[in-house]
Amino acid sequence: MKKDFIHIILADDDEDDRMFFTDAFDELKIGTKVKTFNDGIYLMDYLNSNNCELPHVLFLDLNMPRKSGLECLYEIKANPKFNDIAIAIYSTSASEEDIEKTFVQGANIYIKKPSSFKVLKKVLSEVVTTNWQYHTNGLNKDNFLLRL
Amino acid sequence: MTLFLKFDFRAICKKVLEDTLQAYNIEYKIMGFGEVELLKKPTTEKAQMLFDALKNYNIEVVENQKSILVQKIKDTIIDMVFNENTEVHVKTSAYLSDTLGHSYGYLSNLFSEVTYTSIENFIILQKIEYAKRLIINDRLSLTEIAFKLNYSSVAHLSTQFKNTTGITPSAFQRIISKRRELNQQN
Repeated sequence: MKKDFIHIILADDDEDDRMFFTDAFDELKIGTKVKTFNDGIYLMDYLNSNNCELPHVLFLDLNMPRKSGLECLYEIKANPKFNDIAIAIYSTSASEEDIEKTFVQGANIYIKKPSSFKVLKKVLSEVVTTNWQYHTNGLNKDNFLLRL
Repeated sequence: MTLFLKFDFRAICKKVLEDTLQAYNIEYKIMGFGEVELLKKPTTEKAQMLFDALKNYNIEVVENQKSILVQKIKDTIIDMVFNENTEVHVKTSAYLSDTLGHSYGYLSNLFSEVTYTSIENFIILQKIEYAKRLIINDRLSLTEIAFKLNYSSVAHLSTQFKNTTGITPSAFQRIISKRRELNQQN
């Protein structure tokens, strides 16, 4: 079977978090290609550029300078070009208000940043495999809500 | 004005297949979900045109034996979960190996290798997705859904829903209806 890569993007201003994130994917058995951006402006510039490769899953940190994750979410949901991207909020906050608000605004996944590398790997693997199920089995993405 | 639509994916897929095959004048017989027999072998160019036409709908022709078997496992499970007429009194594992003629160990390893998930998880996901559709479209109560999907109790369904999605069925329903309100305002 031809190996398809799963494309992942993370926008997060914290350098350590970006590093843990890419390291975690490197250690998973799933074939992924991971790109990271330092804030929402860089991210949206990339997504809006003509020859960018759209990710299967986009991870957004909520608190970023210049352009927050929430602002990115609004922009992405307003543009039909991005309909197929699963949006994962990747945040230190676990307030019920943030969670429900981002889900209502169209996020598919809400992840509270795990405190250990081991848990991070487990969580990311679950996100990617669940998303893959939606992708390959023609499940309705509008009903895709996952909280970890 | 906003319309809320309910889709029958199987019927849609079948219709797309029939229309496409007829457009290329290919004689066919639909064998089951995701399996078509072409009664006469088409020329290579014609077959390629057909593949390209199907590709427009994101329908991929799988020729690989492993993928075919995995697809059969999925179809058998989906049939078992959704078709109320298929009554299964044996364990899923026994049912799968009887129906497909391979040992469950083989099927289960193959499935994990190709799909990144286990057969058990696939079944749970299918059931929970079905429950979601029933919650939203048919406005059934959890008790009715638990009964329809053969859960032993509402508590069992709720727990599995929460474990699979991280949110409760009622939170799910609330979020989806708020989303709809929001989309209607825009």
